Amino acid sequence: MAERTPWSLSGALRGMFAKKTIDADTWDDLEDALLQADFGPTVTEAVITDLHAKVARYNTTDPVDLQRMLREGIEERLSVLDSTLTLSERPAVVLVVGVNGVGKTTTIGKFAKFLHTYGRSVVIGAADTFRAGAVEQLSTWAERAGAQIVKPQMTGQDPASVAFQTVEKAKNEGIEIVLIDTAGRLQTKGGLMDELTKIRRVVEKQGPIAEVLLVLDATTGQNGLAQAEAFIEHAGVTGLVLTKLDGSARGGFVLAVQEKTGIPIKLVGQGEGINDLTGFTPHVFAQKLVG
Amino acid sequence: MATFGNLSDRLAETFKNLRTKGKLSAADVDGTVREIRRALLDADVALEVVKDFTGKVRERALGDEVSKALNPAQQVVQIVNDELVTILGGQQRRLEFAKKPPTIIMLAGLQGAGKTTLAGKLAKWLAKDGHTPLLVAADLQRPNAVTQLEVVARQAGVAVYAPEPGNGVGDPVKVARDGVKYALQKVHDVVIVDTAGRLGVDAELMKQAANIRKAINPDEVLFVIDAMIGQDAVATAKAFQDGVDFTGVVLTKLDGDARGGAALSVASLTGRPIMFASTGEGLDDFEPFHPDRMAGRILDLGDILTLIEQAQGAFDEDEARKVAEKFATDTFTLDDFLGQMQQLRNMGSIKKMMSMLPGAGAMKAQLDNFDEREIVRTEAIIQSMTKLERTTPKLLNGSRRMRIARGSGSSVTEVNQLVQRFEQAAKMMKTVAKGGMPNIPGMGPIPGAGYGGKPKVQQKKKGSKSGNPAKRAAENAAIASGVKPAGETMRADAGGSGFGLGSGAQPGRGKAGGPTEDEMAALQKMLGR
Ligand SMILES: Nc1nc2c(ncn2[C@@H]2O[C@H](COP(=O)(O)OP(=O)(O)OP(=O)(O)O)[C@@H](O)[C@H]2O)c(=O)[nH]1
Ligand SMILES: [Mg+2]
Repeated sequence: MAERTPWSLSGALRGMFAKKTIDADTWDDLEDALLQADFGPTVTEAVITDLHAKVARYNTTDPVDLQRMLREGIEERLSVLDSTLTLSERPAVVLVVGVNGVGKTTTIGKFAKFLHTYGRSVVIGAADTFRAGAVEQLSTWAERAGAQIVKPQMTGQDPASVAFQTVEKAKNEGIEIVLIDTAGRLQTKGGLMDELTKIRRVVEKQGPIAEVLLVLDATTGQNGLAQAEAFIEHAGVTGLVLTKLDGSARGGFVLAVQEKTGIPIKLVGQGEGINDLTGFTPHVFAQKLVG
Repeated sequence: MATFGNLSDRLAETFKNLRTKGKLSAADVDGTVREIRRALLDADVALEVVKDFTGKVRERALGDEVSKALNPAQQVVQIVNDELVTILGGQQRRLEFAKKPPTIIMLAGLQGAGKTTLAGKLAKWLAKDGHTPLLVAADLQRPNAVTQLEVVARQAGVAVYAPEPGNGVGDPVKVARDGVKYALQKVHDVVIVDTAGRLGVDAELMKQAANIRKAINPDEVLFVIDAMIGQDAVATAKAFQDGVDFTGVVLTKLDGDARGGAALSVASLTGRPIMFASTGEGLDDFEPFHPDRMAGRILDLGDILTLIEQAQGAFDEDEARKVAEKFATDTFTLDDFLGQMQQLRNMGSIKKMMSMLPGAGAMKAQLDNFDEREIVRTEAIIQSMTKLERTTPKLLNGSRRMRIARGSGSSVTEVNQLVQRFEQAAKMMKTVAKGGMPNIPGMGPIPGAGYGGKPKVQQKKKGSKSGNPAKRAAENAAIASGVKPAGETMRADAGGSGFGLGSGAQPGRGKAGGPTEDEMAALQKMLGR
């Protein structure tokens, strides 16, 4: 990989925390940094108000304290929720959903590899029967990950039936984990969101769904919240996957998402390679974000 | 989006105070500017652009140039809108074609921005114009990007050059270069080179993009960016400008409800024009970029212009002209009312149209309650009237109404409601026919570029002016006929409206709706474009 600037606020905050005492500029800089990290005006305001209060309470003027409080505050906000994946069902069915191009298929490829590495047997369902080349793309990932795949018998086949067949195969053959890819859809398209509800319903006929993972692209801005709300409503999301954190985007909008929806981040994608997926740890995330 | 309340709401709130004071003081302006700043941030406009922008608005709002004819609220909206349109549309231009074909167009952007789909759309659009585009598969990175481009090319009915399998195999620079040669040989007059998605921070891949550019010397390098992108638009746009120096911008996924502040950021930071908008997954969901619409969208004032166009696309021209005359001469009858409503049904989804009105977010509940069967009921009632009653609704006294109710199998209350809605519609239409527009409560009609370009349309199409109010009126008829309360559909609250919602049907996907190609073509003709 080429050399990369790390994704973090630390660049923006470095100057500010290097100062001797907290002054008006410190607060302005902090506000700017949070806004530029896509925290959004509302959360930014809340975070700053909170920090103001803390600085007053502990009677500190040291920017280093401020930095620590910021980091701890973010970590605290993120730790409220449990980031553990629940994959104890057999088969454990995982439905992957999200808007177009956020990284659903890639995440499935990486996740399958991850599970395979831990000795789990995996079958992937190609329920994106719509986008050109989607099935082929997923097949390539399945092959790389050492997972089986169930493909539609024809293009445009009902995605719910592909999902159903995948779970069926897992049951018949005793495969432990089922990962189902779905077509990207904008949360504003009612018909397509209903389709998702249907996929879910059809899959549930064979047993409970272990996880519904909503993939969110870290470059997303404030629309991320609208995405989360709609997918939670229509697909019963149980966890978030934040992708593309290898770029310069900070994904600060997830704080608002977490707060509003109470759905934890469970996985983090940091590249296009098959190993670029990790679990989510609030401590590490806050550390990387704030420095 | 409505989560934070939107700009219209908040401005209306500030304006309340402004209006009573009558003129703009520095404190008024500061309060308003704060709201604008927040709205722009909620719309994902880059912070540095927001600062710059609000600075300018403040300066102008305090300057003398403001028109004394406008109330303070209107002044601020106009200034904001002007500034937005200036940034978004200052550099409007069309595709640059090479003097000596082939014209070479290179696409570049982040992963998942929508480049491959866009390649197909652009090719199809150009083919329709008589060009013979060739798609070149130079994304050899993402698994099966090559396959995707091949499928897309087939769907668009254009040629594709894909010598390498991709999935990490092959040299994209070589493929791009050979693709151009191939186009020369096979006499394609346009070459569109799809490239792999890459991050701005990925120096190695940015260099590769620069190398592709060098190898093919494109006439246009289009930077494809997702309308949902947040503050990272700054870093990304700058990286791509430094890396490949793009010549134009394409905004994708505008069919969602992202406010698309990135458009403003990129245009303002790079000075490059936004040339196209991508508005859906179908290959026809593609259009030249309209700065005025985008301005309205970022500010969430709805997209009147698209609405009008859609209506025009679906309406029968002659019929429309006749009706327009009737408004003007005050002879609009219940028959006309019925006709209008029946026309609306041809328009595909009424809900979709309605959702383009300002404040559509708040209307959503009403829209969901809207029942197209209402039209059938209305039909029954009107058809139970005598000819005379239909042309002279004033005749409709108690006993006539009772007879009509019985004849149509409805209640007198329903008949009363219909007559009431008709009267409301007639009144609204008269306003429109006289060149006015329905008020946005709390704000008053906004002159100039005001809210989304309606006045501009009137200027543009002097000749067929009569058609336009008819469409507008018709849309009001729809409101009056089913979506209550009729007078409040222009309420400027809540978010989520966007012009992308108008994108047409996706074959085999979701629900069809919106005007067809032919209808849009007829509209274009009518507008004399
Ligand atoms: N840099 C980076 N790129 C990623 C990451 N995850 C996915 N991508 C890239 O993003 C693009 C889109 O990824 P896909 O996995 O096809 O996304 P998708 O959500 O399945 O897309 P659709 O099915 O078309 O909606 C591809 O180019 C991926 O290689 C990530 O964590 N980092
Ligand atoms: Mg996919």
